[in-house]
Amino acid sequence: MTTEACSLLTLAPDDMREFTWGDYAKSVPRWCPGCGDHSVLTSVQRLMADEGIAPENTMVVSGIGCSSRFPHYMQTYGFHGLHGRALPVATGIKLHRPDLNVFVVMGDGDCVSIGAGHWIHATRYNTNMVAMMLDNNVYGLTKNQTSPTTPQGHKTMTQPRGSYLPPMNPIQTMLGVSNVSFVAQTAEWLPPHLFATLKAAYNHKGFSFIRILQRCPKFTDDVFAGFIQHPEEVQLLEHENGVHVSALERTHKNHLAHDPSDMAAARQLAEPSEFARLGVFYRNDDCPTYDETRHVPAHGTEEKMKLLTEEFDRHAI
Amino acid sequence: MSSVVSSKAADSPAAKSPPTIIRTDQHIVEIVSDSGEGAQKCGQIFGTVSAKMGNGVWTVEIIPAEIQPPARDIDGASGNRIRIGSSRITNWGDQANTVVAFNEQALLGRHRVDALADDAVIFMENMWAEHPDADVREQWVSALRELRQKPYRIVEVPMEKQCLTIVENPTLGKNMFVLGMLAWIYNLDHDLVCEQIALTFKGKSKAIYDANVGLLDLGMKWASENVDFRVEVPPQLATDQQMVVMNGNQAIALGAVASGMELAAMYPITPATSASHYLAEMFEKFGGVVHQAEDEIAAAGVATGASYSGKVAFTITSGPGLALKTEFLGMSVMAEIPLVLIDVQRGGPATGLPTKVEQSDLLAALFGQPGDAPHIVMAPSTIEECFHIMVTARKLAETFRTLVVVLSDANLATGVQPFPRPQLDAAWFAPAIDLSAVPEGTKPFDWDPQTGLSRRILPGQPNGMHTLTGLSHDERGVIAYTNEVHTRSTTMRSRKMAVLQSMLETPVVNGDPSGDLLVVGWGSTKGAIEEAVERAKAQGHSVSSMNLTFISPLPPGLKAIFQRFKKVMTVEINYSDDLNDPYITEENRRRGQLCFLLRASTLVDVDCWTRVPGEPLRPGAIHDAILANLPKGAAR
Repeated sequence: MTTEACSLLTLAPDDMREFTWGDYAKSVPRWCPGCGDHSVLTSVQRLMADEGIAPENTMVVSGIGCSSRFPHYMQTYGFHGLHGRALPVATGIKLHRPDLNVFVVMGDGDCVSIGAGHWIHATRYNTNMVAMMLDNNVYGLTKNQTSPTTPQGHKTMTQPRGSYLPPMNPIQTMLGVSNVSFVAQTAEWLPPHLFATLKAAYNHKGFSFIRILQRCPKFTDDVFAGFIQHPEEVQLLEHENGVHVSALERTHKNHLAHDPSDMAAARQLAEPSEFARLGVFYRNDDCPTYDETRHVPAHGTEEKMKLLTEEFDRHAI
Repeated sequence: MSSVVSSKAADSPAAKSPPTIIRTDQHIVEIVSDSGEGAQKCGQIFGTVSAKMGNGVWTVEIIPAEIQPPARDIDGASGNRIRIGSSRITNWGDQANTVVAFNEQALLGRHRVDALADDAVIFMENMWAEHPDADVREQWVSALRELRQKPYRIVEVPMEKQCLTIVENPTLGKNMFVLGMLAWIYNLDHDLVCEQIALTFKGKSKAIYDANVGLLDLGMKWASENVDFRVEVPPQLATDQQMVVMNGNQAIALGAVASGMELAAMYPITPATSASHYLAEMFEKFGGVVHQAEDEIAAAGVATGASYSGKVAFTITSGPGLALKTEFLGMSVMAEIPLVLIDVQRGGPATGLPTKVEQSDLLAALFGQPGDAPHIVMAPSTIEECFHIMVTARKLAETFRTLVVVLSDANLATGVQPFPRPQLDAAWFAPAIDLSAVPEGTKPFDWDPQTGLSRRILPGQPNGMHTLTGLSHDERGVIAYTNEVHTRSTTMRSRKMAVLQSMLETPVVNGDPSGDLLVVGWGSTKGAIEEAVERAKAQGHSVSSMNLTFISPLPPGLKAIFQRFKKVMTVEINYSDDLNDPYITEENRRRGQLCFLLRASTLVDVDCWTRVPGEPLRPGAIHDAILANLPKGAAR
């Protein structure tokens, strides 16, 4: 795995603070017992401690939904905004502070339904941030409505005779967007894999999109049950530039070597299959990031006054 | 009957008597053509040179909604109206006195909207009379028939034929020939015109400049030999004061730079976009960025996120974009994130009249956000104010940690007016906030119980960690749905508006502080209203006017002022029912938007006169409305 240095804020040389997971925790989450969000929260806190990230230099941006409560449980800066709109807010933050560590937390309704346009374009902008889509295949907070990733036939309050349409495949969608730079899939019930994927995403410079398969014990308890009971149905994509999780070697033996620089292979692997494929589908560390592309050097007041005076000269009569 | 002056003389210049001199304190010129024939360029140069010579000028674009509508199209007229005056000109006036038309169909378009004075002199390209296409010849004849219903004086001009004598492609140079005609008629300074031509074609070859000046001189020569009048609008404005000339969108763009803004997040929409074009050209020099978002919502989101993190950011749009941004506007109010939104209003609802002016977004700007979302709404009334209002908007957004909506409109956006060069202040560039550590335990909404104001904390500030949320929250930003918390936080956000209101000045009454009729307007109608009021006053009527810059909060003292007049009436470019129309009664009448607001806030029986013509209000029409609405028993 490459751990290319990002221009993100790490601790100052004279800052001797050391962090534990608990340093990033704030208030008791109000998610249901058994909700997969708990696992993601812990993994992000573990990642931050592991990377030694200063809480004050970190922003967690979310939309609306169960998972979007995430920032309230983090001892960092947080922006709990509007449904589907986390990515534009995060883009704005990065335009001003490319050095801040930005994590975006979205649900499936947030990311691939109401915010789908932003999701596609955020991928194109390739702003340096980690975007997590916590995909429980349902609208949970509003109590069980069909989302774009709900399996066809799954009964919900809005589609009680079973969801009508085949579900959307977010990985396939991402792999069709120009300038895409990091696409991965993991599952919250495999914390070591989740952690390794988050770490790869964090250390990738660019828009790191992770789809996290996530159980909702209330409404979609069944959709991932097969993968949990039958680890052989989970296929781990492995490569030195992707993730390799030794902790899963004993339980998960279905491996596939996949070089994440191979877009054609990635697209093939993203097609619907009987396996839940986890790992890094694609990464390209050479895509320019939007925060870098649009970075404009700051100017002193005196210089700005001079330039503005010249600008007015153009309109002078 | 209009008199058609044959211009056969053009081919054999004969000795003619000296031209009649028409001396006037204001005159209106219109130049209309198909899109792409350069009428606008011609008009801009004419306006700029007049301003340089010390005349008051207001230039407005006549623009079709399409990029290039079919040629010779009645609705496709493209061009300029230039109103010049001896003193300051504040609006586009009534009807045109001198008209130059590149074809008779574009001219018909202006004739049919009553844009031309009965005694207008119309210079009309006459190549169409002998066009090889019989349909075109027929259109020419029938247009002339229609135009003759008015006593216009129509002068046929062989523009193309003349241009062909010195250039190969006359369609690209006709505008300079026309500029030459106008330069002779209005006695423009030849050197100044050449200077403007040089500026217009800056970067192009000397040959192009020479060809354009050649056409200019040809137009002047033709006019000197064939036109029997000249117009003198004696300039009375001092030419020693440093002036600048621009349109309202350019002024907003420069205001954004001068006020220290660093990010314009936008999505293309007419008529707002030209401000972003200008910024895109020069903003980066100042360390600024134009972010063209994937949609209007994202533009508001990027501005909100950037502002939250400490960038001075704004978003700019027009009506349909305002509708889309609504949710983020509420977010900005709720989470107390400074945000400036510029709405360059056009006609609505829905996509409405994309290129044409209206003032129908007022209530949407005030009340468009679901829930209780008190915020600031301001409207510039002149192009000069479009510049300064940006400085005020930034300051207010940051001080009050809230949303500031600035309502400009298509009239200001495309109108061009000279104004005194602003005195810039380096303090306007100050960064949003410093990033030093805050005391441990600092709350993100540490509301002062008196004012509701609180200190902003930015990401990156040690000890300041908190989560902003659009959900109901307490001082710590913690979600709370209790009566106590929601009532208190709602009260604090509302209190800020009262604090701002207490700091505003009572608006100035233009004219006597009491009388028969007070005309109240907002935004870009100021100039036309004041001109109409002056005319009524000159006739002995007791009329005054007032323009409101702050719409939310409304400034203090309005009720007391209104009570000193027998009648108060708003004049607005939005819709109101006419009591003479079927079904309309005092009870169900829908009133102008400011009228609605003033009635609610003052309990004064404010009346309104509003129109939605898709063009700026003409002072003459307002004057007529004033006379028709003088209260019974009004003094004479």
